[in-house]
Amino acid sequence: MSQVLPREILIATIARLLDGARHVAVGASSPIPAAGAMLLRALKERDGQPPVRISILGSVDHNFFTNGSAELFDCAGQGRIDAFFLGGGQIDGRGNVNLVGAGGYPQSAPRWPGSFGAAYLYFVVPRVILFREEHSPRVLVDKVDFVSAPGTSEPGVYRTGGPVALLTGKCLFSFDKARAGFNLESIHPGHDLGEVRTATGFEFGSDADVSSTALPDPATLALLRSRVLDELAETYPAFAAEMRQDLDAPPLTLSRGGLA
Amino acid sequence: MASCVEPGMRIALPVDYAGVSMAMTQPLIERGAGRLHIVCVPTGGLQVDQLIGAGLVETVETSAVSLGEAGGAPRFNQAVRDGTIRLRDATCPAIHMGLLAAQKGVPFMPMRGLIGTDVLRFRDDWLVMDNPLAGGGDPLVLIPAITPDVAIFHAPMADTNGNVWIGRRRELAAMAYASAQTLVTVERIVDDNLLSSETMAAGTLPALYVRQIALAPRGAWPYGLWGEYAPDTDELARYAAAARTEAGFSTYMQQPARQ
Repeated sequence: MSQVLPREILIATIARLLDGARHVAVGASSPIPAAGAMLLRALKERDGQPPVRISILGSVDHNFFTNGSAELFDCAGQGRIDAFFLGGGQIDGRGNVNLVGAGGYPQSAPRWPGSFGAAYLYFVVPRVILFREEHSPRVLVDKVDFVSAPGTSEPGVYRTGGPVALLTGKCLFSFDKARAGFNLESIHPGHDLGEVRTATGFEFGSDADVSSTALPDPATLALLRSRVLDELAETYPAFAAEMRQDLDAPPLTLSRGGLA
Repeated sequence: MASCVEPGMRIALPVDYAGVSMAMTQPLIERGAGRLHIVCVPTGGLQVDQLIGAGLVETVETSAVSLGEAGGAPRFNQAVRDGTIRLRDATCPAIHMGLLAAQKGVPFMPMRGLIGTDVLRFRDDWLVMDNPLAGGGDPLVLIPAITPDVAIFHAPMADTNGNVWIGRRRELAAMAYASAQTLVTVERIVDDNLLSSETMAAGTLPALYVRQIALAPRGAWPYGLWGEYAPDTDELARYAAAARTEAGFSTYMQQPARQ
């Protein structure tokens, strides 16, 4: 078996963060979150545990809604969705998410697509995982320019949901609701604390001795590379093909000059 | 059908995967009815971008506008930067709630979420009110009814009685219920009455809500149509690249469709 790809670590981490969820919703254009949810479903099925339901927007095989695009929100409002994913052009240290644009509003530059369902789902889905592969100071900012969805709400505001974690290409943060801030949980192999600090535009809590993000075990990896990639190919053919290609490529080896 | 659209009208258009009547885009541009208020149900894409590029749009009410995998919507983004369109940023369920209020014939629908967002802060037409059924507190956001003048979408089939089959894409029905009139393009027109079969009737929008129907095979192209054909991702990417500049957009729009 070839070495573990960085994206496989992300997928396995997402499956771990989703553990215990009965119904996971995944937005359009989210292949890694979708793969994480599919991996959890495959693991639960293998272990004879209660099934995991997945609703992938834009998929035919992995979507059982029959009441149009409103049904996801109706489901979420009733507490029928346990977990969801949000990205964001900007995410700040208080868990606020900006999907609208940088600079002023309304004349944002750049303008991003818009808030989609975030201004609602962040409030009512108990386990929202913030996921953004790019980990840089322009994404992870001190304060977002536009609040599409706030990390926390004032007492008295109906809020059954919110962020639990922020996963990037470099590390995993957990969200501390009480102080509305992130704590560094683990750093992915190949990255270090200094690099994470430089690339993060907000303050975060961390232990002096931060652990390394766990690698998937061989059985999990085998499941991911077979069944999960097959399932993923239906909704994200290009992404699944790219991952298969990466798996077939000869592993990179370190030489004195760096990556050869 | 494009002659049903008058300047200044509020037009409801569906999300890219639900059945966009791309076949209506060029006739709408030729018709030239401007100052349109577009309501995206609940997000917009290629069609909205082209109407903006053609200078017909005054207001965009939406939860997002993008070309999906092909990237940002270039004419929309340019218009935002230039400040040439009025934005009514929303969130998906708020659009659904506004249409639902119109469908029910009530002035508004209350909803959760939104409090503390800039989406709410910039919407002077939305109102926050404490839940009158609770003992105090529990703020809710009231979303006014959205009542489009015209809804326009594309569907697989209609019958000669004017009934339209929309399958499970119920947002198309929601648009039609809320709108004063609905224009539909279809892949084919069948002789059998869609309402005479229980199986088909469950997914049928009755003619009661439909003003006009036009035959337009592959009328969603370059978008796909569920159960019929997949999106033409190469063409979407070609548009995304071409429409980055105003000149590129004009050249693209003058070419005959290349499907």
